[in-house]
Amino acid sequence: MRIPPAILTLLTGMALVLSGLWIGQNVNLLPADASANAPVYDELFKVLFSIGAILFIGIVGLILYSLVRFRRRAGETGDGAAIEGNLPLEIVWTAIPAVVVLFVGIYSYDIYDRMGGMTPLNDHSMHGMQHSDERTWGGISPVALEGDGAIAPLPVDVTAMQFAFIFHYPDSDITSGELHVPVGQPVALQMKALDVIHAFWVPQFRLKQDVIPGQPTLLSFTPTRAGQYPIVCAELCGPYHGGMRSTVVVEEPESFAAWVAKNSPNPPAESPAAVQS
Amino acid sequence: MTLSLNPSPSLQPQGWLRYLSFSTDHKVIGLQYLVCGFLFYLIGGALAGAIRTELLTPISDFLPRETYNEVLTLHGTVMIFLWIVPVVNGAFGNYLIPFYVGARDMAFPRLNAVAFWLIPPAGILLISSYFITGAAQSGWTAYPPLSITTPATGQIIWILSVLLLGGSSIFGGINFIATILKLRRPGLGLMQLPMYCWAMLGTSILVVLSTPVLAGTLVLLSFDIIAHTGFFNPALGGNAVVYQHLFWFYSHPAVYIMVLPAFGLVSEILPVHARKPLFGYTTMVYSIMAIVFLGLIVWAHHMFTSGTPPWMRLFFTIATAFIAVPTGIKFFNWLATLWGGKISLNTAMLFCCGFIVNFVFGGITGVALAQVPFDIHVHDTYFVVGHFHYIVYGGTVFVIFASVYHWYPKVTGRLLNEPLGQLHFWLTFIGFNLCFAPQHWLGLNGMPRRVAEYDPQFTLINQFSSAGALLMAISTLPFLINVVMSAFNGAPAGDNPWKALTPEWLTSSPPPVENWHGEPPLVHEPYGYGVAPGELSLEASSGRDLWTLGQGDQR
Amino acid sequence: MTSLQSDSVAQEANATDHGHTDGHADHRIFGLATFLVADGMTFAGFFAAYLTFRAVNPLPSGHNYELELLLPTINTLLLLVSSFTFHRAGAALRRGNHPLCQRWLLLTAALGFSFLAGQMKEYFALPFGLTDNLFASTFYAITGFHGLHVTLGGLMILIVWWQSREGGRITIENQFPLEAAELYWHFVDGIWVILYGLLYLL
Repeated sequence: MRIPPAILTLLTGMALVLSGLWIGQNVNLLPADASANAPVYDELFKVLFSIGAILFIGIVGLILYSLVRFRRRAGETGDGAAIEGNLPLEIVWTAIPAVVVLFVGIYSYDIYDRMGGMTPLNDHSMHGMQHSDERTWGGISPVALEGDGAIAPLPVDVTAMQFAFIFHYPDSDITSGELHVPVGQPVALQMKALDVIHAFWVPQFRLKQDVIPGQPTLLSFTPTRAGQYPIVCAELCGPYHGGMRSTVVVEEPESFAAWVAKNSPNPPAESPAAVQS
Repeated sequence: MTLSLNPSPSLQPQGWLRYLSFSTDHKVIGLQYLVCGFLFYLIGGALAGAIRTELLTPISDFLPRETYNEVLTLHGTVMIFLWIVPVVNGAFGNYLIPFYVGARDMAFPRLNAVAFWLIPPAGILLISSYFITGAAQSGWTAYPPLSITTPATGQIIWILSVLLLGGSSIFGGINFIATILKLRRPGLGLMQLPMYCWAMLGTSILVVLSTPVLAGTLVLLSFDIIAHTGFFNPALGGNAVVYQHLFWFYSHPAVYIMVLPAFGLVSEILPVHARKPLFGYTTMVYSIMAIVFLGLIVWAHHMFTSGTPPWMRLFFTIATAFIAVPTGIKFFNWLATLWGGKISLNTAMLFCCGFIVNFVFGGITGVALAQVPFDIHVHDTYFVVGHFHYIVYGGTVFVIFASVYHWYPKVTGRLLNEPLGQLHFWLTFIGFNLCFAPQHWLGLNGMPRRVAEYDPQFTLINQFSSAGALLMAISTLPFLINVVMSAFNGAPAGDNPWKALTPEWLTSSPPPVENWHGEPPLVHEPYGYGVAPGELSLEASSGRDLWTLGQGDQR
Repeated sequence: MTSLQSDSVAQEANATDHGHTDGHADHRIFGLATFLVADGMTFAGFFAAYLTFRAVNPLPSGHNYELELLLPTINTLLLLVSSFTFHRAGAALRRGNHPLCQRWLLLTAALGFSFLAGQMKEYFALPFGLTDNLFASTFYAITGFHGLHVTLGGLMILIVWWQSREGGRITIENQFPLEAAELYWHFVDGIWVILYGLLYLL
């Protein structure tokens, strides 16, 4: 029994969508997630991956099918069908991508909002977080981070220079080449560059922010998984750009407190979590 | 080679010497662009080879670090400004557009020659800076303050070279706009032009509007370097991000300048070898115009981590993502052109199909990159490197190769060798995908771009990528052998080996100096394939039999 | 078709002076206009940079310069009048009156060079130099780039003046050089009006 082409197309389409969805959910291309916003990012990635897989497999399938089915056989001299257009079809394949693109845009806006990207940076509720009357030029504000506001963000000053990141903790007056942070507490990085543009990137946090001379930036996140993760400079900054790396050490609050106590010239009397900014 | 029939006492050289002269013949200029561009492609490819060799190991052990940065800067600059832009615009545009509008030459033949002859000196200047003074080291994007703090001579030479090349591009753009709008043969309407004309019109509008902004910006950058002004130097009160806005205002349209002509060429090649009309002519035209308009207002998606305000990022996300709609329309139209056709699986068709597959992949990663939160993770990583190589190489370069296989018979009067062509295609397709597909994973997992050293966990994948690059280099050989040998030994092509319907096929191969003997043919339906067998004879060796000179209305 | 036909057609293809090919409309003004769009975009880039710097990089307090308006306003009037005089020169040529055309051209050139002299006077009177600060650099870059255009335009006017003499190359039949220079001059004038508005009035 010959299956009508319409049914065949419908079944193929359904198989395609299901395969795409499966691929998006199950093929893992990303590194471990270690911050609160990383799973949010990964959600978006899976959606984009699914849509992309559906489109790509669909189009490659169409081409391969056409090249086989409509191939000129030896000795054939005629032309193909004289079809110059099909308005309903064109409307369909204009409308569907437009809807998909709109959906993706709105969805990613929501994701960006959940990551904290839409919160104003020069917010008054951040008084004390900013240095004097300097404007913050970009990044993610700690005001936007999820979680109860009872935990004040841990402020860290980041200085990027050719070819290192230097971390300074204003509360405990520690200067270090590594970034130590406790699990579960929001961190607010105030970033400055001394010479050329650098970028602060932690792949496991899915966060990156350019550090631009003359334009202090702010990057806030909440680490969720203990471990050591690379900090990578992600803007060409000179001959040693590839070697400009550091490490972010996410540790349990107790070992973080121990690190602070051990390294600080004037350790704070109370635990860092209760320090008011 | 066609001898000039010109009886005037001109001192124009004959034969192959024309190609080294200040010829104003658009066909000669087109070929000058093509060969010159291909030479720079080989140079850019050698530079890529150096990069991929360095990246075989996770440490910086092949080139001195400054040299590596010079190499990557030159690789990008040479490929963009000396290979892709001149070839898809200057080579094919100059050769084909006069045929398509029914003219003997471009609107401004001398300007045309000037535009070409700006390129070899600019290219030599740029390449020689590597050997003599040290080349620029700040990437093809030349972001300040890095471009102000690295050695000045190389950077200034880079700026000068790019200014010359930008000027060449603008002169070409002026010529194409005037030719397409003003030089059409009487009786030929705008909506009867082959699609490549629309693509070149849209591209040239982008060239004229955006390239000057780059010129002005680079002039300001050179002031910062030479005169110590502070336009973009924060240490002197300037703003480094303003440079980025100005730079990308050109450089985003630049990618459409590199890709739109390729879209036009595919629209010419597919119908011929599928024996079907181009599907959806009118919507294809509107799509080009939509891409041109949108292409001018999306530049800041290159700056999502620079510290632009959230409302700006949102606008640029939406606008960028929407370019996928008119682009998608074009791809569906090409697929519909293939569907129901009588497809000849020759090399030109294979490269077009490879283009579709590669570009769709690159377009999908492009829509992903347009989303701000997605981009924040992968900006300035190998994910982006993978993305844009799928577009410019998997896209435009594949189309350039398809176009060479398609038009070589017309230009030289000889056919290329098909089996060698197929070998070229498969080596290129496999090598290209092996090189660039893994780079997406590298970027997602933590490898930034423009580096000579990386996390050792990425070593094996980088080696795969370098193997792919080697395969791409090897793939050039069957192509070069084919092109050179077929010029001497190829089978005679005749006027119209593909039985195509556009005006360049309705004359001899190669064409005479004046393009056609007699009046230019009036072709109302350049994609008039698809007549039922028996109604139209395709056995004629020349398409001239299909059209009565001066009257084109067969249906 | 005969070989004679193909010869003349080939000649047409190789003709160097397109103003003289029969049956071909002259598209050179269209080409020039397109070029001026491109040139205008260069200025647009500079203006955009200027406006962005103003909005985002204000000068440290105490450095906001009040530019004097008298000289630039006079300069604006000079340029506007010079566009008018250039137009009159073209009208005179179209009536075949070469001496009158030349007089109008000379007047235009004089106005143009007076503009440049005024600009130089202003430069010397300004309290800031090229590298003093961002506003200063941008000011000199924009007005300097425009001044360069005026200088080139002035030189072109002088060339056109010379060729407009009786027996010169510019005639009623060959108006293109004058038309082209005139279009360019109007463009330079228009750019100045925008520049004046943005740098001096805003």
